[in-house]
Parts: sequence; structure tokens; C-alpha cells
Amino acid sequence: MKFGVVTFPGSNCDYDAYAAVRHVLKEEVEFLWHKSEDLLGSDVVILPGGFSYGDYLRAGAIARFSPIIRQVIRFAQSGGTVVGICNGFQVLTECGLLPGALMRNSHLRFSCKYVYLRVEDNGTRFTRACDRGEILKIPIAHGEGNYYNFDDGVRELEDNGQVLFRYVDRQGNVTPEANPNGSLGNIAGIMNEKGNVLGMMPHPERAVEKVLGSADGLKVFASVRTSLALPTLVGEN
Amino acid sequence: MNSTRRAVVYVRLKDGVLDPQGLTIHKALTQMGYGDFLSVRSGRFFELEIKGDASDIDRKIDEICSKLLANPVIEKYSVERVE
Repeated sequence: MKFGVVTFPGSNCDYDAYAAVRHVLKEEVEFLWHKSEDLLGSDVVILPGGFSYGDYLRAGAIARFSPIIRQVIRFAQSGGTVVGICNGFQVLTECGLLPGALMRNSHLRFSCKYVYLRVEDNGTRFTRACDRGEILKIPIAHGEGNYYNFDDGVRELEDNGQVLFRYVDRQGNVTPEANPNGSLGNIAGIMNEKGNVLGMMPHPERAVEKVLGSADGLKVFASVRTSLALPTLVGEN
Repeated sequence: MNSTRRAVVYVRLKDGVLDPQGLTIHKALTQMGYGDFLSVRSGRFFELEIKGDASDIDRKIDEICSKLLANPVIEKYSVERVE
């Protein structure tokens, strides 16, 4: 199984994602340069965190037009697995693979800390290795992670079960205090309707070994691996 | 010879979309003693220089606004032509 990690000018979590896959998950992984149009046969594409193109205009707004993203869009539309983390999530909303937008944090500060996430559905390609309702401890590091969508858009996400992760307190309660950025419905991560594209603001690649403070993030990568090995998904990519 | 034309694009958050930056600026103004200002909404603008002989420019401006300059999920734009 091969993972591809996209590197934009300004990406700064590409090596973390690469290391998480290669050294902890122990799967094959390659960097994909933003100017390339070749996904190098990746089964999974990761859009990593960082500040692609300096976050100019809006976070993710310029990266969306890079040559590699044209291929990522095509890949996603044909069912390929795409994981956007932090800035990668912002790119996915900008290019329309995921609904909504990520706005400035409501308190206007860059927020870098561990948060607790509740797994809302463990039947998906990205959460299969988790228990339903499991609480994951994973760090965030962003200034623009305030998830916004129209009322109807949010309702649709909720009704379709597309909200995968929510910011909660240690006990798993959705509270305003547990919401680090003002996101509607404490939304931390969503997937598209087809269930093959994930976007999340927290950084699972930074929480893949106990020595880093938590190994909970590994479950996202392990879920993807398990899912892609399932017979039902063979041929989708 | 055609002279260069200009346009200014203003991008604002849609009504009803929270603008924490505007709120913070408004709070600062109030603290500075300027109580007459009831609210502040922030935004940004882009000055465009356009080839004098460009055709169909209104459509093209609309296109770049919706594709790049503004995010239609949260923002609206307006165009001011400077002839």
C-alpha cells in the first residue's frame, strides 16, 4: 500500500506525515511535488499541514490551483482516498472536495495545544480502527480552523453522518469551552458524502507514538490501511 | 493606442458571517473612547490593472472573483470600474 504526501511551498508537516507512515505505520510513502501531475501510483494521498503559498489571499486558496491538486481532484472523484490535515483541510474546502470553509479562529489567536476529539462514527474509511464515541487526544496548531457552513450545509453534514470528529472535553462532552476555534457544532473533521475524502484540523501525524504525548493519531492512518485492504474497496482506486 | 484600464474589487464577509476581526477592531475603538461607531466589518480590496484592448472584461472580472479572489461560501464581492 502506497501513501503519497504532497509538498507545497510552505508545507511544514509533510515530513511528519511521511515519518508517521513510513516509520510508525511502516507502509510505503513518497513525497509528491506540487508542480508534478503524477501521483506516483499512490493509494492514499495526504495533503499535509503548513502554510501553502504563505497562506496568501486565504489559507489554501492558491494551493488549490497547483498542478498536483488537479490530479488529486481527479483521484478523489474516482473514489481515491484523500486525507487533508490542517492546511490540507483548508485546501480541500477551497477546491470544493469538501463543503464549507475554514475561517479565522473566533478568538483571532493561533492555537497550538492538545485537544480531545470524539469519534462520531467508526464505520468509515478513516475511523475503522477506533471505537464509536472513543475520545482521541490529538494536537491542533492553526489560526484558521473555525469551520463554517450554511445552516443547510451543516444540517446535511449531520444528517449524512459526515462529521467524523468533534472537539469535546476529556469526558467526551461537546462544550463551548472544548471548542478551540469557534467551529460550528464543535466540528473538527468531516468527510465528503462518498466517504473517501477526509479533512481534519487536528494533526494525527503529530500523535503517533507515546513519546510524542499520544499515539491516538495513528488510528486514523491505521483505519485507512485497514479499509483499503477490505475486499469491498478493492478496485475503487 | 489603448490606455490601461483599472478596476477595484472589494471582498467582504457575507452578512451574518461572524467577523471576529471587525468585532475586535470595534472593541478597540470603543475602548479608545470612540463610542459613536456602532460596528465594524472588515474586508479587503484588490486593484486590477487591465489591458486597454481586453474584451469581455466584466465577465472575466466576475470569473476571477468567484474562482479566486473571494470564497463564495463566506464572502461576497463588488467591483468598481475606474475608467
